[in-house]
Amino acid sequence: MANKSDDILEEYSSKEYEFGFVTDIEMEIAPKGLSEETIHYISAKKQEPQWLLDWRLKGYHSFLKAEDPHWQNFELPKVDFQGISYYAAPKSRAKYKSIDEVDPELIATFEKLGIPLSEQKVLAGVAVDAVFDSVSVATTFKETLKEHGIIFCSVSEAVQEHPELVQKYLGSVVPHSDNIYASLNSAVFSDGSFVYIPKGVRCPMELSTYFRINTENTGQFERTLIIADEGSYVSYLEGCTAPKRDENQLHAAVVELIALENAEIKYSTVQNWYPGDKEGNGGIYNFVTKRGVCRGANAKISWTQVETGSAITWKYPSVILQGDHSTGEFYSVAVTKGKQIADTGTKMFHIGKNTKSRIISKGISAGEGQNSYRGLVQVGSKAENARNFTQCDSLLIGNRCGAHTFPYIESKNNTATIEHEATTSKIGEDQIFYLNQRGIDTEKAVALIVNGYAKEVLNQLPMEFAVEAQKLLSISLEGSVG
Amino acid sequence: MLLSIKNLQAAVEDKQILKGINLQVNAGEVHAIMGPNGSGKSSLASVLAGRENYEVTGGEVLFDGKDLLELSPEDRAREGLFLAFQYPVEIPGVSNINFLRTALNEIRAYHNQPPLEAKEFLKLTRENQKLVEFDAKLTNRSLNEGFSGGEKKRNEIFQLAMLNPKLSILDETDSGLDIDALRIVANGVNKLRSEKNAFIVITHYQRLLEYIVPDFVHVLYDGRIVKSGTKELALELEEKGYDWIKEPVTSESI
Ligand SMILES: Nc1ncnc2c1ncn2[C@@H]1O[C@H](COP(=O)(O)OP(=O)(O)O)[C@@H](O)[C@H]1O
Ligand SMILES: [Mg+2]
Repeated sequence: MANKSDDILEEYSSKEYEFGFVTDIEMEIAPKGLSEETIHYISAKKQEPQWLLDWRLKGYHSFLKAEDPHWQNFELPKVDFQGISYYAAPKSRAKYKSIDEVDPELIATFEKLGIPLSEQKVLAGVAVDAVFDSVSVATTFKETLKEHGIIFCSVSEAVQEHPELVQKYLGSVVPHSDNIYASLNSAVFSDGSFVYIPKGVRCPMELSTYFRINTENTGQFERTLIIADEGSYVSYLEGCTAPKRDENQLHAAVVELIALENAEIKYSTVQNWYPGDKEGNGGIYNFVTKRGVCRGANAKISWTQVETGSAITWKYPSVILQGDHSTGEFYSVAVTKGKQIADTGTKMFHIGKNTKSRIISKGISAGEGQNSYRGLVQVGSKAENARNFTQCDSLLIGNRCGAHTFPYIESKNNTATIEHEATTSKIGEDQIFYLNQRGIDTEKAVALIVNGYAKEVLNQLPMEFAVEAQKLLSISLEGSVG
Repeated sequence: MLLSIKNLQAAVEDKQILKGINLQVNAGEVHAIMGPNGSGKSSLASVLAGRENYEVTGGEVLFDGKDLLELSPEDRAREGLFLAFQYPVEIPGVSNINFLRTALNEIRAYHNQPPLEAKEFLKLTRENQKLVEFDAKLTNRSLNEGFSGGEKKRNEIFQLAMLNPKLSILDETDSGLDIDALRIVANGVNKLRSEKNAFIVITHYQRLLEYIVPDFVHVLYDGRIVKSGTKELALELEEKGYDWIKEPVTSESI
């Protein structure tokens, strides 16, 4: 029976990525390569104001000066920035007034992904913005949101309709010079979602953006900007998939969150980009900069992420705790299998007094996957009574995978309380046998154990997505018992 | 015949543990297996349940007419074989109730039965909680996580009641229980006993057998059943210890 686990491993490696299909639709694609011209091209396509073009160009110059990071514990593949096309949009698009004008092929694509866009079928209680390659193709529930004064649209649209807000906040949390991929994004970002919640408004539904990379040799560089004005609340979720391709594709997004006094932003991600095949060919490089700032007192920002896809995931959703009594949270489940690499974690910058942060990270490694938690808790000299709690757990399935933790703490204030707990465990044969003995097969047993392990994080997800995320976790790990 | 074990031999890491076990169990019967520590009682239970690290090196086992050793551990369970573990594991984050529902529905699916509806399932849960006096609070907690030793054992009996197996093997379910808990566990088993099912009760002490009265008692020593008898044998063992059994390592006469 010793070979049983090998069989399962074999079965697992040949497990198909469910969302690997390609949509056949006529696209307008910018020529490959990156130069000032490319940026002029994108900006002109989007009919942008001069200030935005200028800002993009600054981003481009920062990019030229920036160096690749060198501190990661994996070999960074050389990205050929000239081999990528920086703009791809479905050709049929003029400007959709309503969902009826959207190419049926696109609607069908999103439906296949489980994201219904047509008015009759929309997810109850969830407004969706769908981004296909470089552009947003549809936003549902716009009118309902408008009644509350909420703005939820694509960034391109926001640039046209609400330039004062975009100009005020764009780059205010992640400057164009932040890191090489953020600079690149600033230069060439194509689309993304924009959210503004007015003072005192509790957004009545989940807001959600669904990203889809379709075209070959393109990168996706979306930019998301969420502003929660004083005393407001919003819960936002992003999801993503991409077709199977032999080449790697770059996804370098930037997300900026701004929570003013007494405001709360809950940002959830279910990341399922194509992870590459079992030999490690293809897959998405997911190099993302996500950062939020609690600008006013009592503000709260909470990041939740379920990361199952991508060949390499590299991101640290962070919170700058500027306002007194503000709170930052980071809940993460990251799964690596096959040859996937995830290096993810968070940074909590305690600046204001009585600021609190909570970090719960659950890594799951299977196959030859490598999973690193990397986190920084920084307490400034004025952050009296700052508190942090970090719990960082790793679960190993099989013995060819790896888990690593790099928790950094820098405190300049001795009133700070910083707690760190870490565990590493293996899914025990005992646990699996126990469940087998009750009639549950090994696949289901692993799914149960993993979902139990990740429960604390999954519980943070909006209800509409928690079940999906559970399924995704189970599917991702199908057959990975070694 | 429900279970028929013939000359069963098994090894772990090249060490022969079971050296030719013979045992027949009919529906409606309760068999007790006793024997000193390390004699192979848990190993026998593990081999029957299909634990991977045991290699069966000889013999055969028929369970309800089927070749048990050919079946995967989950199929053995689905066919109605239940093992109450000597050391039940903890599975953090998985609620007892969700686990039981999954288990029950997997077993039902195997027999081409539809999943139990939520309402029926809850009804069944409540009935069985009552039957084996299992604390409802424990039903909603994570599977065995932070349970006391006694609570874990009682959870095994609760699961047994829920899954309603044909053959239950209780591996030292009595050890670590105080007298009240022991009585509750034994009462549970007695209520679940019927003409259709059978029990193999592995125990160290005669004490449990005062409550769960066995039809047969077997003594396992060094991987073999060296003596079989009725419940009086348990008393004799209690009085004399195991040494007199060990003396003449008998041949395969049983
Ligand atoms: N995984 C294992 N590896 C090596 N030896 C084992 C293993 N499991 C059990 N054994 C040995 O098998 C023998 C029988 O053990 P066990 O079946 O647990 O006895 P009992 O339940 O009667 O106390 C003991 O000598 C024990 O050390
Ligand atoms: Mg034992």
